[in-house]
Amino acid sequence: MSLTRRNFLKTGLATACAACATQVPLPASAAPKSDRELATLIDMRKCIGCEACVDACREANELKVPEPRKPFPKMYPPRVKAEDWSEPDRRAVQDRLTPYNWTFIQEATVTVNGEETTLTFPRRCMHCQNPPCADLCPWGAARKLKNGITLIHSDICLGGSKCKSVCPWDIPQRQTGVGLYLDLLPALAGNGVMYKCDRCYQRIEQGELPACIEACPEDVQTIGPREEIVAEAHRLAKEENLYIYGETENGGTNTLYLSPVPFDQIEAAIEKGPGRPHMEPVENQMAHADNLAKAMLIAPLAGLAAAVGRVYKTVKNAEGRPEEDR
Amino acid sequence: MKAENALVKSAYMLVLFVMGLTGFAQMPIFGRYYIADIPGLGWLDRYYVTHTIHYWGAIVLLALVVYCAVVYGALLRRRYRLTVTAQVRIVLLAAIVVTGIFRVVKNLPDIVFSPGFTMFIDIAHLGFMMLYILAAAGALIFGSRWLKQSVRLG
Repeated sequence: MSLTRRNFLKTGLATACAACATQVPLPASAAPKSDRELATLIDMRKCIGCEACVDACREANELKVPEPRKPFPKMYPPRVKAEDWSEPDRRAVQDRLTPYNWTFIQEATVTVNGEETTLTFPRRCMHCQNPPCADLCPWGAARKLKNGITLIHSDICLGGSKCKSVCPWDIPQRQTGVGLYLDLLPALAGNGVMYKCDRCYQRIEQGELPACIEACPEDVQTIGPREEIVAEAHRLAKEENLYIYGETENGGTNTLYLSPVPFDQIEAAIEKGPGRPHMEPVENQMAHADNLAKAMLIAPLAGLAAAVGRVYKTVKNAEGRPEEDR
Repeated sequence: MKAENALVKSAYMLVLFVMGLTGFAQMPIFGRYYIADIPGLGWLDRYYVTHTIHYWGAIVLLALVVYCAVVYGALLRRRYRLTVTAQVRIVLLAAIVVTGIFRVVKNLPDIVFSPGFTMFIDIAHLGFMMLYILAAAGALIFGSRWLKQSVRLG
């Protein structure tokens, strides 16, 4: 379904009414969420860099990629630039993340057991457990599903690229000339739609594997409940002297990498830049929000205590004064 | 009492201004429209900074709202009544606070809201704030205060 301005307003109104009436949602935490979150384990030793996952991803998502309207509307002020990946040569790019290429193969030449080896491994959205892109999206377009997938709703996204700015790996990629902003104020607000891996959420809904996992001839990736995936990663890491990335990064992600060398060596060896994410350790970007949320519980009590003190003082002063002064 | 009123009023206006500023900064507009290029305002384009300030503002605002509500209910209610514009502002402020609380809850780990509800609270939070600004501007233009002396008969 594509959203027009009228549809958008109607939907917003209907949602507002429905939310007020009955739809106060049940937080996923009311149920044992961690059992339901799915994670993937990527064994970097197995990947041969054949790009079968990249091709499968492109094929499975070919109906989701942008088909922009051209010419693009002029945007103001002039510093706002269009981002266009839709021309055939750019659309075909497979060696980085783009709005048309949601996974790519990254390479790292490292020394494993004294032997120089080139490791290859798929890179895409990490699907964080507490994703800043979904938390901080001002429009509700990016969201996390109960099964641990973070996706961007292309019918709602305005392409402001905030999700990319707050993503520790700069994953989402923008295409101009497509999406809801065209029906709102295309010259003054928005700049297209942000795209990234949605871990084939529709396939998972139907009990199928994500395309990249299904197509891999080397079984590089496995998917399952996060607790099981984490346990398996630890077992392999312990038994085979491997290193894990993604378990604790940004407070925990649903994409775990297993490497035969420490990740600082991987980080030093990979090509990084736009559309090519790093592999550095990442602090929990939303930790400040979680801590301050706890302080918000205390704030009303502090206000209440101050007010009670104020009332008590006034009453006491009044009692000390002669009747006619009160 | 006068000094206290002035202090509470100043604190409330400052907090609301900062909340409004950092709230609007959650949209990618200050960078686009050169506001963050103004010397000293570069932080307005840094989402994590403005988000943290917004949360601190919410903490102060919650404490202030409870303080004012209790002091009014216990000490001032018999002598003063709320003006109509004050009532409008209180309703809007309550709506801002409630939608803000939902927004904070949504940002906690392990909590997932439905997409429709997420969108509703995002847009409602912004919409109520814009209505509040209109109401506050109206009150300023027409010189309407928060409290009015009650008329006592007999």
